[in-house]
Amino acid sequence: MVANAQKSPPSPALARAENPPADYSAVRRVLASLALLILLGLLWEGIKAFAESTNYSLPIGSGAIDLTVFNDQQLPHLGAIFNAFLQPAQRNGPPLLQELIGASAFTLQMALVGFALGGIIGFLLAVLFAHSRLMQGGCLPYVVASQTVPILAIAPMIVIWMGQAGLREWSIPVIAAYLTFFPVVIYTLRGLTAVPPTAMELMQSYAANRWEILTKLRLPNALPHIFTALKLSATASVVGAIIGELPSGFQQGLGIAILNFARSYTQSPERLWATIVMSGVVGIGFFIVIVLIERLVVRWRRPEES
Amino acid sequence: MTAVISIKSLNKTFRGSDGAQVQALEDINLDIVRGEFISLIGPSGCGKSTLLRMIADLIEPSSGTLTVNGKPAAQARKDRDYGFVFQSPTLYDWRTIIKNVELPLEIMKYSKEEREQRASEMLQLVELSDFHHKYPWQLSGGMQQRVSIARALAFQPNILLMDEPFGALDEMTRERMNNELLRIWTAIPDMTVVFVTHSIAEAVYLSDRVVVLSPRPGRLAEIIDVPLPRPRGPETRDLDEYFHLTSRVRHALRGGTMEMQKVKVID
Repeated sequence: MVANAQKSPPSPALARAENPPADYSAVRRVLASLALLILLGLLWEGIKAFAESTNYSLPIGSGAIDLTVFNDQQLPHLGAIFNAFLQPAQRNGPPLLQELIGASAFTLQMALVGFALGGIIGFLLAVLFAHSRLMQGGCLPYVVASQTVPILAIAPMIVIWMGQAGLREWSIPVIAAYLTFFPVVIYTLRGLTAVPPTAMELMQSYAANRWEILTKLRLPNALPHIFTALKLSATASVVGAIIGELPSGFQQGLGIAILNFARSYTQSPERLWATIVMSGVVGIGFFIVIVLIERLVVRWRRPEES
Repeated sequence: MTAVISIKSLNKTFRGSDGAQVQALEDINLDIVRGEFISLIGPSGCGKSTLLRMIADLIEPSSGTLTVNGKPAAQARKDRDYGFVFQSPTLYDWRTIIKNVELPLEIMKYSKEEREQRASEMLQLVELSDFHHKYPWQLSGGMQQRVSIARALAFQPNILLMDEPFGALDEMTRERMNNELLRIWTAIPDMTVVFVTHSIAEAVYLSDRVVVLSPRPGRLAEIIDVPLPRPRGPETRDLDEYFHLTSRVRHALRGGTMEMQKVKVID
């Protein structure tokens, strides 16, 4: 028997509900992550300064450790990375930032379509598995196995198959979806099936049918789990789109930019770093959007839980 | 008096974790009449909750017959003849209080207006009218359980099945909830209540009859009539008859009637 009744007297609970204490936790969280960012920047520049002071060779005993990876050709100054955004990458071209924004728009668009595709497929599979033990037992191992195959091996095949099917423009979203459907299946299935036994008995006592149990119990119960999956999928879809661009033949996105700037790393490492920063911003931005949507949708939780 | 719930030669065996058959309930015979408040009491593991769940058709009996409102239990469940109150309030976290009370009405296809009206009435009955748009976590345990009673009564079943509903509450809250429950039971004519508890005081205070179950396998040890006057209130707990009845239940729980206990003492 589940005994989750609380023994708290009514008054504090109500006081909490009607006069919630001022919530500074969000401000504190932002400050903490900013502080961490500054700390990482100081560490970055500190290591570089230290390596330079030793002339990139740290003597230890009879030998020495080579510190040349920290020189300006291999690890640029943060200022240089920032500056790279403002300089044109090609002669007489637009500033790199403008180019990267264009590339991000393309990649994000591919990621969004892949995210939606993977999300819908993952959701439908989870609903199917939740209602059929046979399907769950038979198919779930293959779903898990699908993620052990390296995406780099599968991506070129998807490009070829989609191209032959006349859907070449869909190859990047499909590759992104390949990464994003998995967390959605796993977390949604967990949310749909991890229903408290008495909550299910309550539905049985009303002689509720499967559809009513799904829509009034399983799905709302799964929502917090689904959002956990969507947060994972959001960042995975950006990674998937970047990887998917490489064999796709499409040149507009962040993936190709990363590939090109990696080739010219020894001449201008700051451009690759700038592109990496941009990819990170896209992924984190997508993640934050999902978090905000979750706040709007999952409104019933205790403040301390969210 | 017609039997609302009629139980004949009911048996229940479970398959234990080691694969062996475990007899949970043995040869239960019991008729519960319309409008009666009846308690099932027994030590942990005596099968009292199992018996309640079989009346509710949430568990199937292994053998025997069980009718509710003159129908097989399964049919009574499909006809929504009873409301069930669990030990935990089992409110849906994502629904506001009024939406929780409306849940059975949604499933039973009541119109929106009727749902809102009935849910409001029920919340008034359990004196939680000011809490319509709160979420469950904003209410105390006792208040949550009152919501769950309101929900069980929202579609006006004439049978209320309660599985240790106040077991998780502190003594003070529990006594208040007992009075609340008696008030609600009195307010709805011909309402039959089957109440599972492990509290002797609670069983005697609330009931017309107390059914005492013996442990493993659960058998009917004794059925004790409680002729305490109604309406009952705090003064009821001071009556000599109340003390006498609680000790009768206690002796029955120990295994045997008072007379048998006396014989043993003389021996």
